[in-house]
Amino acid sequence: MLILECPYCGVKGEETEFAPGGEAHLKRFGPGSSEDDFNAYLFRKENPKGVHFERWRHAHGCGKWFHAARCTMTLEVFGTYPAQTTEPPQDIRDRITAKRPGWSWRELS
Amino acid sequence: MSTRLSRGGRLLNRDRQIGFTFNGKHLHGVEGDTLASALLANDQMMIGRSFKYHRPRGVVASGAEEPNALFNMGKGARFEPNQRATTTELFDGLEAESQNHWPSLEFDIGAVNNKLARFLPAGFYYKTFISPRPFWKHIYEPFIRQSAGLGRAPKDRDQDRYEHFYAFFDVVVIGGGIAGLTAARAAGEAGARVLVMEQTPHWGGRAPVDGGDVGGEPVDKFVDDSLSALAAMENVTLRNRLMGVGVYDHGYVLGYEQVRDHTPGVPGPRHRLWRIRAGQIVTATGAIERPLSFAGNDVPGVMLASAVRDYAVNFGVSLGDRTVVVTNNDDAYRTAITLKNLGLEVPAILDARALGGGALADEARALGIRVETGKGVAKVKGGRRVEAVCVCSQAGEGAVLEEIKCDAVAMSGGWSPVVHLWSHCGGKLVWDEALAHFRPDVDKSPTGADGKPFVIAAGAANGALNLASGLADAHAAGQAAAAATGHKPKARSAAPKAASADEAPIAAVWLMPQGAKVQLRMKSWLDFQNDVKVSDIQLAAREGYASVEHAKRYTTLGMATDQGKLSNINGLAILSDALGQPIPQTGTTTFRPPYTPISMASIAGQARGPLFQPVRKTPMHAWHEANDADFEPVGQWRRPYTYRRGQESREEAVNREIRQVRDSVGLLDASTLGKIIVKGPDAGRFLDMLYTNMMSTLKPGRCRYGLMCNENGFLMDDGVVVRLDEDTFLCHTTTGGAENIHGHMEEWLQTEWWDWKVYVANVTEQFAQVAVAGPNARKVLEKLTDDDISADGLSFMGCKDITVAGIRARAYRISFTGELSFELAVPAGQGRALWDALLEAGSDFGVMLYGTEAMHVMRAEKGFIMIGDETDGTVIPQDLGLDWAISKKKEDYIGKRAQQRSHMTDPNRWKLVGLETLDGGVLPDGAYATAEGVNANGQRNVQGRVTSTYHSPTLGRGIAMGLVLNGPGRMGEVLEFAHVDGTVMQARIVDPVFYDKDGEKQNV
Repeated sequence: MLILECPYCGVKGEETEFAPGGEAHLKRFGPGSSEDDFNAYLFRKENPKGVHFERWRHAHGCGKWFHAARCTMTLEVFGTYPAQTTEPPQDIRDRITAKRPGWSWRELS
Repeated sequence: MSTRLSRGGRLLNRDRQIGFTFNGKHLHGVEGDTLASALLANDQMMIGRSFKYHRPRGVVASGAEEPNALFNMGKGARFEPNQRATTTELFDGLEAESQNHWPSLEFDIGAVNNKLARFLPAGFYYKTFISPRPFWKHIYEPFIRQSAGLGRAPKDRDQDRYEHFYAFFDVVVIGGGIAGLTAARAAGEAGARVLVMEQTPHWGGRAPVDGGDVGGEPVDKFVDDSLSALAAMENVTLRNRLMGVGVYDHGYVLGYEQVRDHTPGVPGPRHRLWRIRAGQIVTATGAIERPLSFAGNDVPGVMLASAVRDYAVNFGVSLGDRTVVVTNNDDAYRTAITLKNLGLEVPAILDARALGGGALADEARALGIRVETGKGVAKVKGGRRVEAVCVCSQAGEGAVLEEIKCDAVAMSGGWSPVVHLWSHCGGKLVWDEALAHFRPDVDKSPTGADGKPFVIAAGAANGALNLASGLADAHAAGQAAAAATGHKPKARSAAPKAASADEAPIAAVWLMPQGAKVQLRMKSWLDFQNDVKVSDIQLAAREGYASVEHAKRYTTLGMATDQGKLSNINGLAILSDALGQPIPQTGTTTFRPPYTPISMASIAGQARGPLFQPVRKTPMHAWHEANDADFEPVGQWRRPYTYRRGQESREEAVNREIRQVRDSVGLLDASTLGKIIVKGPDAGRFLDMLYTNMMSTLKPGRCRYGLMCNENGFLMDDGVVVRLDEDTFLCHTTTGGAENIHGHMEEWLQTEWWDWKVYVANVTEQFAQVAVAGPNARKVLEKLTDDDISADGLSFMGCKDITVAGIRARAYRISFTGELSFELAVPAGQGRALWDALLEAGSDFGVMLYGTEAMHVMRAEKGFIMIGDETDGTVIPQDLGLDWAISKKKEDYIGKRAQQRSHMTDPNRWKLVGLETLDGGVLPDGAYATAEGVNANGQRNVQGRVTSTYHSPTLGRGIAMGLVLNGPGRMGEVLEFAHVDGTVMQARIVDPVFYDKDGEKQNV
């Protein structure tokens, strides 16, 4: 059972205190978008063995959505950060690079 | 024969006798016995029959690894199957029954399987019973289930109490043997908060049985000293009867404490599940001895050498008068020496190693024990107990050199570290060629949130098998664990010093003799509990099961309740040999928690009965209870389904309630309806995205029915949206949907449109809500209010703040029944007062309460959809003829893009219609409308299904709604609906609005 730290209220909580929300940093495609783009947005999700960016909600706490950067292999958590951003902050990316040189995720690396 | 010795038994209190029954027979043991030791003391060598061949079986081990001695324990509400006798402490009145036999242990019909064993190889059931297909379900499976299986499932409700316990420690040491105690002491002295968990009632593990000196004193004294030192430390907690169940992500540990199993009836919880967060975990879980694979190694009287020693030293029980020891390592010599010193006969030690043993072998010879090197057991003679062993050369094919009469065999195939807990969370293993076992790979330990290791294996569990190296390893592990949790180990602290005799190296022996012929291999057991033999694994390899995981499932090796604690390493060694590859290449199967089975009740804890989940209650709940409401669960709420009077049936009560609403007036407790406030300058814009309708154009004081879809386009919720003022909306949701919809709103606001100025708040429980419905609704209300609630003062789909019976209320002219209807929302604290006032005012009009079923029937009469009936997560609003509620003007709303996908715009979708049975009966719920022909699977084609179906008392006939292929274009057509029993019911496609098609009644 993972331990995550909510970047809003600062609470370190058990996994059961949070609700997972799938892949982070999805770009929404609405009316007018191509079939391919919309299909990718809805269904083609990343499922990497290694570095991953996920959405979580502090469901049984402050209720806020946030993002977690973690390794799906070793369960290492590189950091959590607020959801109001379209890409991971530089300090989190630097931390990942220090621990997993050469990592990549979608267009990020 | 096995018997109690006149001396020995370090765990016994011989002064206190304990009575128990085995298969109804009254027997006696003494205090300190396990059920296994007490049975052996009573010469009960055969304690059960095996799973598949029903062969006689005896106790093999002395601890948690025991595969055979499983019993049904207790009676009635305390009945429990598959309990291991070796870990069951004896108590007065214990009742045990053996399993896997019929009609009795001594005479068992299933034993015929043993005679047929050569026709029942691995995969026999898969191969034989595969065809014809339907036979499996109806003939083969019931028969096999009858003859196989371990214990019975309990029938009665468990009467004991179970609880969960949360704990937090810097260092959790799993295992209370000398390694665990030493590691705990090192960590404790450094200042770490330490928990030591020991699964048995006793400390020190097997060191006191094996003997040796620590710091010049006997090891018993070292255990006592360590315990007193630990007990004196405030930062150390010692708990016995507490097993480490599993190690999970980020230092989570589950512990299983058997609090009252040994003292049933004493008040308190029976089991306690420890949910522990640990900074570091030290697995000092010891090692388990492996059996040797020779023919007849399952005959009662063949036992692990260490277990023979345990029973003699700990319980003063001898397995036999003449014990032959067979081994591939030095440790088993300890058993021979122990037995000899107790005055028992050891006719021979058969050492498979050509060069024999070290110092212990010399000691045995000095005691006059005959030692044969390079020899093994060709086979064991005897059926229900050992009669003799046939000696052969280990290097040969099993030619018998000599027969030695004996009544017990002590076998040792070497020791495997208990790596389960290390492996649960990703720790890797290495194969130690010299010691012939897998041990933890210290460079690949489980890692935590910070990416650093959080599990350290110590002592025998780390492959440090002898006393001196085990203590040194454990001391270092304790210090490392303390350091990793921010404590500074004492610089001068040194590991306890022990002297260990030089031992000769083990020789890997996976089959005895090495060239055993098939007749011997067919009787050489690997997995005692699941009846898997050497020949089965070899057959699996020949048939292509090259992966250890596949071979396991094909042969069932290691799949029983013992999860292969004795069998796995021997099995995969045989598989490796058959595949001609080294053991590490074959690898192990996955170790998964729990280490040994734990009670389901301990997992449930207190979450049972009324505490299983909280029940949400409306402000009127107490009134409903007092007035005999017939409740049904709706989400976590309990809502009155109907209110029965006298001898009325449920149906009669529902019909009465409906007639009264249609004729006069009724009251419904609608407080459970979800109520969410959406407020802010961008609230209208936000709701335009959430609902398919245009909400931003709604005028303050007006209501609008809205539909909410998910991004996949599917309908997820519906309800009436009220605009309270320019930037405040109140969204009603379904009863079960309130929390989800609130979460849905938060998700979009926080993760997509975080710059929009909107707040949402779930105020469901802040308001009580009552529907007053029926032609006389206004007359009832007018008695309680001076405000203008006329058709002009408060028009249909209007909202207004009024005062009712002196209570400030928000009144909505909305209707789910199709009648003139007011819904009144008041602060929750005033709900009951409003309810009572309405009941009194309504009495002149014969006001009645109506429940959820009457509400459902009335909405169906009106053709109103119900989320969860007409929708199932695959239905879009367009399927339900709700196009009028989908804005054509809006560029975007959640689900709009998905509803443009080709499958969603397919003209051949199933669409909502009304269904009217030709005979006036009620269609079965969920029934399918059949179509011509069959599909690719040979099943009848279908063209629609029933989504809601009721008897309408208003119309005096059955009415239904359903989704039908091209339904709205097929009005008047008659469809056939199939009952489960195959009979058919005919219904005509009609308009889904059965009652008051023009909506005149609700708009007056």
